[in-house]
Amino acid sequence: MRYLPNSPADRAAMLEATGHRSMDELFEQIPDELKLKSPMNLPGPLSEPEILDFFRQASKQSSREYVSMLGAGAYAHYRPVSIDALLSRGEFFTAYTPYQAEIAQGTLQAMFEFQTLMTQLTGMEVANASLYDGSTAATEAVLMALRIARRDRVVVARTVHPEYRQVLDTYVRHQGVEVVEVGYSPSGQLDIAQLEVALKQETAAVVVQSPNFFGSLEPISEIAAMAHQNNSLLVVAIVEPLSLGIVQPPSDADIVCGEAQSFGVPVAFGGPYVGFLASREKFVRQMPGRLIGQAQDTEGRRGFVLTLATREQHIRREKATSNICTNQSLCALAATIYLCLLGKRGLKALAAQNLAKAHYAAQLLRAVPGTATPFAAPHFNEFVVKTPGDAEGLLAALREEKIIGGFNLGKFYPELANHLLVCVTETVGKEAIDRMVEVYRQFGRLTNSSGSTAELHSASVGRER
Amino acid sequence: MENRIRNARPHVTRNEDLIFERTSPGKSGVELPPLDVPAVSAEESLGREFFRADVDGFPEVSELDVIRHFTRLSTWNYGVDTGLYPLGSCTMKYNPRVNEVVARLEGLATDHPYTPESLAQGCLRILHETARCLAEITGMDAVSLQPAAGAQGELTGILIIRACLAERGNPRKYILIPDSAHGTNPASATISGYEVKNIKSNAQGCVDLAELDRALTDEVAGLMLTNPNTLGVFETQIREIADLVHARGGLVYMDGANMNALVGITRPADFGVDVMHLNLHKTFTTPHGGGGPGSGPVAVRKFLEPYLPTPTVENAADGGYRLNFDRPKTIGRVRSFYGNFGMAVRALAYILANGFDGLKQTTEDAVLNANYVRKRLEDVFELPYNAPSMHECVFSDKRQAARGVRTMDIAKRLIDYGFHPYTTAFPLIVSGALMIEPTESASKTELDEFVEALRSVAQEIEEDPQFVLKAPYTTRITRLDEATAARKPILRWKP
Amino acid sequence: MYPQELLYTKEHEWIRVDESIGTIGITDHAQKELGDIVFVELPKAGDHVAANESFGTVESVKAVSEIYSPVTGEVTAINAKVQSSPEILNTDPHGDAWLIRVRLTDRREIESLMTADDYEAYIQEKKSE
Repeated sequence: MRYLPNSPADRAAMLEATGHRSMDELFEQIPDELKLKSPMNLPGPLSEPEILDFFRQASKQSSREYVSMLGAGAYAHYRPVSIDALLSRGEFFTAYTPYQAEIAQGTLQAMFEFQTLMTQLTGMEVANASLYDGSTAATEAVLMALRIARRDRVVVARTVHPEYRQVLDTYVRHQGVEVVEVGYSPSGQLDIAQLEVALKQETAAVVVQSPNFFGSLEPISEIAAMAHQNNSLLVVAIVEPLSLGIVQPPSDADIVCGEAQSFGVPVAFGGPYVGFLASREKFVRQMPGRLIGQAQDTEGRRGFVLTLATREQHIRREKATSNICTNQSLCALAATIYLCLLGKRGLKALAAQNLAKAHYAAQLLRAVPGTATPFAAPHFNEFVVKTPGDAEGLLAALREEKIIGGFNLGKFYPELANHLLVCVTETVGKEAIDRMVEVYRQFGRLTNSSGSTAELHSASVGRER
Repeated sequence: MENRIRNARPHVTRNEDLIFERTSPGKSGVELPPLDVPAVSAEESLGREFFRADVDGFPEVSELDVIRHFTRLSTWNYGVDTGLYPLGSCTMKYNPRVNEVVARLEGLATDHPYTPESLAQGCLRILHETARCLAEITGMDAVSLQPAAGAQGELTGILIIRACLAERGNPRKYILIPDSAHGTNPASATISGYEVKNIKSNAQGCVDLAELDRALTDEVAGLMLTNPNTLGVFETQIREIADLVHARGGLVYMDGANMNALVGITRPADFGVDVMHLNLHKTFTTPHGGGGPGSGPVAVRKFLEPYLPTPTVENAADGGYRLNFDRPKTIGRVRSFYGNFGMAVRALAYILANGFDGLKQTTEDAVLNANYVRKRLEDVFELPYNAPSMHECVFSDKRQAARGVRTMDIAKRLIDYGFHPYTTAFPLIVSGALMIEPTESASKTELDEFVEALRSVAQEIEEDPQFVLKAPYTTRITRLDEATAARKPILRWKP
Repeated sequence: MYPQELLYTKEHEWIRVDESIGTIGITDHAQKELGDIVFVELPKAGDHVAANESFGTVESVKAVSEIYSPVTGEVTAINAKVQSSPEILNTDPHGDAWLIRVRLTDRREIESLMTADDYEAYIQEKKSE
């Protein structure tokens, strides 16, 4: 087998040295009745060209020929080629966690830079070296807030990504934590009046997302004031952090977390992604995940090292702040490289392009008879469209034009049947937007009234558990 | 002139600035295509309250600056590509290049997770096939690829145990964990709402049956076990252990971190495991990436299948694949979307490259390599447990400690010989552990070099321990003052 | 070697009792085991501690240790100096680096503690195990 570096002669020599007469003898201690008696039913072995062919065939059965207007927690942005060129260096991608600092300064310094970039973007004082993804980062942020506040109740906006709320539920279900949901107002933002009612003395934290799942920006200062008056913390999740190039960071928040996949990490059918978590220095010992700190060596040279490890599982074991072990180092590295390439000006320009594209699309769609953009709140590159007729039917019509039109909100919000979440990034050309609008126009003419919900398609897939 | 030569240092040893320190206003590493729609005033459209002018302190560098900066950084790392990386319990094996190519194929790297199923059949097929292969390898009946890492897999598995026992009437209160276990085990159990009870290992470093018997009350939900254990020793009494747990109404969870010793030889389902996780970044060659991403799929027996995270990937009536969200007994979601799909692609590529024969041969080589290293070092380092080693061997620094040199010091000196150290100070049941897992990705030549290096260090300890205590000497930086770094943490650059 | 005026616990804490106030810290043995101390987590003045229960933690780079109170009572003072400069635990564990002061509710609790000589013997015994 080509990956194995030993020859038959090597094996024979080693067996002689160890005193085993055969490879089988190496497994003598395993009871015979537990040993496999026949080969497993597995594909392969395949040569390299055959492997490539297998996956190429699979890649043909994909949406690669389509223009996608899907966002909802995963965003298609252009990835400069330098990212993969650098990521492919074996010293980066085949290295382990940097526990031996002297031979891991590459990873450590890059992660220190990642931490810095995340604090700059979020307006916080300290950030960790990444978590699994946005959903687990949000969950970890809540757990952290619970520890800090020493209370056991959390208020979560319904406009937080539904899958994030599902993950939170899975994690806190057995920890005696009460999760209360607060709805949204006609503007598409968290309902402030409802929040006021929901806040109680035992509330450890308020959790919002901005831009929220509908793409709307949440009134962070107002929410923060309300939360802090109640001595509750404010956790803000940012799922499309490219928005931070042009939108004020939530500096009133206590913990800012989210998903950094937008920064140079492929959409890749859902993963691997890279979560981030940032907060104030005074809370650093309650922070989960790996932290890289600056240090000096014996000659006074600057270096970087994993620090504050006593928060973590390998030392605290059952008393750890979290069970998390890995961070998403290589994805965080991709994000770091991406942000360095964009830089201050590029980030701002890219955010501006996203804003312009989305506004162009929203404006045109709004003007189509039977179509509306019901939420008035300001938005970044995502917004909600009320479709001129059955949403699934419209999506099918769009697919005929090789366009994936967006995400059917009815899957998570039954009251929003026939509403699509449409995301327009810099990767979508004017031509595709115009074509999409034209399909809306034609579909609207075909369907009789804007209130019609004739189900042209069978039950849609994918709803909350 | 001499002074100037003395001051010069090649780039690999020079302090590399932080990217922020190489910033120069006005530079950018990216040029965007021109905007083909009307520009929008951000201030107007977002409102003054939301508008951000700039991100203070953000770097401004050219593409070339970025390439040089990160290339130089990479040269200060040691990777599996560089040489033998014998970290015990981490399985630092070769990361096949073809895996990286297929993971980047358009369609696989670019499909959005909410792509309509009819257009995502390629991705769904990969998830389905990977899950099927992993089920076959473990002997289990169903697999979820959703957990993002081993620790998440553990959490998922314990939650599954809880859900099953709760449905039977009593989720129970305790999880038993051997004192040799990895730290994520007790942490995961605690998050699942269980209390951890540690079980002492016996003189062979294995689970003590009598201890287990005593500890197994009817409030014990299950046992979390690693097999082979963290000493690299196969739990020969595993069938008795599993039977005992089952007899008391509990379930057996296996931490699959050490599967590199078992693939193709035996299957956890055959020795009584009910639920387990796998580490794709260990056994299945997905790259460690400097600390992640990983992937920790969970494999379960049929009776636990209903509790798997939602959604599952199943065969559709038309011969294709579908996502099934209709899972009334699911424990819920542990991650958004479907897990680390990119890692499943790589793992599947590895399985395809090997087939059954290749996988079995891989396991055999891994175990042979570890035994060879053990044989060639057992006269120099103390072997705390005599049981046969599988894919890793564990020594203790007892002899060297007598000269004032501990396992961490030996590790640092080993770096000077061009090797990445073994795992130091784990498992906790060995004082001053040296845990060595060469994996199959080491030739006899490399193993000989490694053994010679360690033997040489041992000799140095005999002759001049002080010298070893100040190692490493040949790296870009020497030992870092971790105490000060922890007392006064500096966790970000500031202008 | 170990100050005679202090009393000691099996978990390596010491206490100096003046009338009804006990001053509590960790022993030289404890700080040696931990290594370079980087952080101390202590209760607040006014909090209650109970005999044999943990009231805080001491952290080194690679380890965390719970600190157990030898007595029951109310915390009257905490040592701000050790909080801001935890490294003094390594240099003066029995003096300058005291941790908390407690008003004892039951003086009889100190009767079961070890004297300096008992404690030295106890450490020797543990070493040879």
